[in-house]
Amino acid sequence: MRATGLAAAFAATAALGGAVWAQEVTLTIESWRNDDLKIWQEKIIPAFEASHPGIKVVFAPTAPAQYNSALNAKLEAGTAGDLITCRPFDGSLQMFQKGYLEDLSDMEVLNNFGPVAKSGWSTDDGSATYCIPMASVIHGFIYNKDAFEELGLEEPKTVDEFYALLDRIKEDGSYIPMAMGTADEWEAATMGYANIGTKYWKGEEGRKALIAGKSKLTDPEWVEPYRELSRWGQYLGDGFEAQSYPDSQNLFTLGRAAIYPAGSWEISGFNAQADFEMGAFPPPVLPGGECYISDHVDIAMGLNPASPNKEAARTFLEWVGSPEFASLYSNALPGFFSLSNADITLEDPLAQTMVGWRKSCNSSIRPYAQILGRGTPNLHTEYWVTSANVIRGTMTPEEAGQHMQDALDSWYTPPAQ
Amino acid sequence: MSSEAGPKRRWHIAVFLAPAVLVYTALMILPLFGTLKLSLYQNVDQQQVFVGFGNFATLFGDPNWSEAFWRGLKNNFWFFFIHMAVQNPIGIALAAMLSVPALRFKAFYRTAIFIPTILSFVIVGFAWKLILSPLWGIAPGLLDAVGLKHLFKPWLGLEDYALTTIALISVWQYVGIPMMLIYAALLSIPDEVLEAGEIDGITGMKAFWKIKLPLILPSIGIISILTFVGNFNAFDLVYTIEGAMAAPNFSTEVMGTLMFRTFFGHQTQPGDPNMGSAIAMMMFLIILAGVTVYLFLIQTRMRRYQF
Repeated sequence: MRATGLAAAFAATAALGGAVWAQEVTLTIESWRNDDLKIWQEKIIPAFEASHPGIKVVFAPTAPAQYNSALNAKLEAGTAGDLITCRPFDGSLQMFQKGYLEDLSDMEVLNNFGPVAKSGWSTDDGSATYCIPMASVIHGFIYNKDAFEELGLEEPKTVDEFYALLDRIKEDGSYIPMAMGTADEWEAATMGYANIGTKYWKGEEGRKALIAGKSKLTDPEWVEPYRELSRWGQYLGDGFEAQSYPDSQNLFTLGRAAIYPAGSWEISGFNAQADFEMGAFPPPVLPGGECYISDHVDIAMGLNPASPNKEAARTFLEWVGSPEFASLYSNALPGFFSLSNADITLEDPLAQTMVGWRKSCNSSIRPYAQILGRGTPNLHTEYWVTSANVIRGTMTPEEAGQHMQDALDSWYTPPAQ
Repeated sequence: MSSEAGPKRRWHIAVFLAPAVLVYTALMILPLFGTLKLSLYQNVDQQQVFVGFGNFATLFGDPNWSEAFWRGLKNNFWFFFIHMAVQNPIGIALAAMLSVPALRFKAFYRTAIFIPTILSFVIVGFAWKLILSPLWGIAPGLLDAVGLKHLFKPWLGLEDYALTTIALISVWQYVGIPMMLIYAALLSIPDEVLEAGEIDGITGMKAFWKIKLPLILPSIGIISILTFVGNFNAFDLVYTIEGAMAAPNFSTEVMGTLMFRTFFGHQTQPGDPNMGSAIAMMMFLIILAGVTVYLFLIQTRMRRYQF
C-alpha cells in the first residue's frame, strides 16, 4: 500500500515536471554588461516575463575584457546562450560571417531604427542586419556642480573657454581640474580623442573621407585632437600616469576633481556614488564651429542560430525592438540611450541633458569602429596607445598622427574611386 | 621478439612509469605538439590551411610583429637580469644570515620572508598597485614622512620605470625560494668541514666565501635555471598590474603578454590562435635553448663534493 502510494507520488511529480518542461522555455542571454546584472534581473526580465508567460529569461554576463574570446569559444563548442549581446561593427560582423549570428533582416521591428543605428550591425553593403540595436553611449564632460558654484564657474562653450576654466580651477587649487589617468590607456582614446576630436574631423563627414582614402591621419583634422590632448597632462592629478580607470571614477565621485571626461554609461554609477549635484556639457566647440558629439552605437542583441528555442528568442527580440523596451531600458540604465526612433522621456536629469545633445549637436560614431578597425595593427588599439602617449608627453601630436597613418597604410587600401 | 636469450624483461618498470608518463603525455606532451601543429597553420577563408613556417616568417619578417616580439624578448631578459642581480644575491645573503647559529627568532624571519611566495600573484599585484598608487597609496606618504617625497614617482605609469618596478615586486614575492633552497644547502654542510677551516684560521666572512659558497654553487645553479624558466614564462604579474596591453606604451610587454593578446585577442582585436601558437613555440624554444646550455655546458662542469 505504502509502496504504491510512493510510486504514484513519483509518477505525479514526473508528470508535473514533464508538463512544466513542455510549456516553459528558458532563454539565456550572453552579455559583457556584468554591471547591469541587477537591473536585468529586477526590472527588465520581470517586465518581459509578465507579458510573455511561458518564456523564462536568464541574463548570464561575462567580464567585459574576456567577453569576445569567451563567447567565440562557447559558440565554437556549441554551448553559447540563445541570445547574444552584440558588440558593434567588426566583432559581430565576423561572428555573422562565421554563421554564429542569425540574419534578422526580415524582422519588422527593425523599422523602428534609423540607418545609423543599424549600421553597427549590418554588413558593409547594408544588405543584412543581424542584431536588434539597443543603445548608444554619448561622450562629453560631467562636472561637479557644487564645485563650479563654489568657484563661480560656468559651463564652457568654446575650446578657449574650456582651457581658461581649467586654468582657473588649477590656480584655485582646491580641486583637481580633470579626473583621468593614462594607466589603462583606453580612456585617453575614447574619453579623450574620440570625445574632443569629432569636431575637428567634422563627425561622419571626416570619418567617411578617411574610409574613402580622401584624407590621411596626418592631416590637421586628425592631428589637431592630439594637439589638444597634449595640453591635458597639466590638468590631471599628480601621478596621473599610474591612475587607473576606477581611480579616476573615485576621484570624481569623492568630490576631489571638478570635471570628468565621461562616457554616458557612467551616469548610474555616479548617481549612486556622488553626493553632490552633477551637470554635463558637450565637448566645447571651435570658434565659430558647430557642435559635434561622439554618439557611439554600442550594444545590440542577436540570435544564436544554434539555439533550440528560436521561436521564443525571436519573440524576445521583437520585444527588445519595441518602444516599451526602449523606454524601460533607457530609464533603467540612464546613460545607455535607446537607438529606437520612438520618442521616449528620461527621468534622470543628467541623462536627459546628454541625450538632448542629439538635437543640438551632430552625432558621429567613434572614428575607427567601422572598417578601419580591421587588420593588424588594429587601429583601435593603436589609438589607445598614441592618445595615452600624447597625454603623457612621450609622443608629439605629429608623431602620433604619423604612427596612426603608418599603421593604417600597412594593411588598408581605400576602395578605388 | 628475437629468439636470443636477452636479459629478462622487467615489466614492473613500465608499470611503475605508466601513471607519470600518461599524465605527463596528456597534459604536457600532447598540448605541446598541438601548439606546434597550430603554429604551422593559418586561417584562410574560415579554413585551417597548412602554411609551413609562414607564421614564423610573419613573426620575424613583418616589422609589426617582429618589433613587438623583440621588445618582449628584450624585456624578458631585463626581467631575468633584475632577478639574477637582486633576488638571488639577497636570497643567498638572507640564507647566510639565517644560518648564523647566534640569530634569534629564526623561524619567524624564515616564515615572514617566505609567506609572499605562497600568495596569489593577483593579491600581490593588486596590493602593490595600491601601495604605489599616487592617489591612495602609502608609498608617497611614507616617503613624505622621511622627507623624501620628491623621490616619489608614479612608477607603474612611467615607461622608464614600470618594468623594473614590476620586476622588483616579483623579487619581493619570490625571494623566499632561493633563500629556502640555499638555507637547506647551507645546513647540509658538515660541521667538520667548517671546523677544519677554523683550525686553519678561516672564520666569519672568509669561511662563507672560501668554504660555504663553493659548496652551495650547485644549488645556486639550480636556482638560476628556475629563475630563468620562471622569468621567460612571466605573464601573470604584468597582466594583473598593467593589463594585457602591457601599459604604458607596451613598455612592460613580455613574450607572455604578446602571446596572450595574439592568441585570445583583446577588446576589438580578434584572437589569432595560429600566430599565438607561433609565439608560444618561440618562447618554448628559447627556454629550451637556455636550459640546454645550462645542462650541457654548466651543470656537467660543476664540481660536486661528496662527504
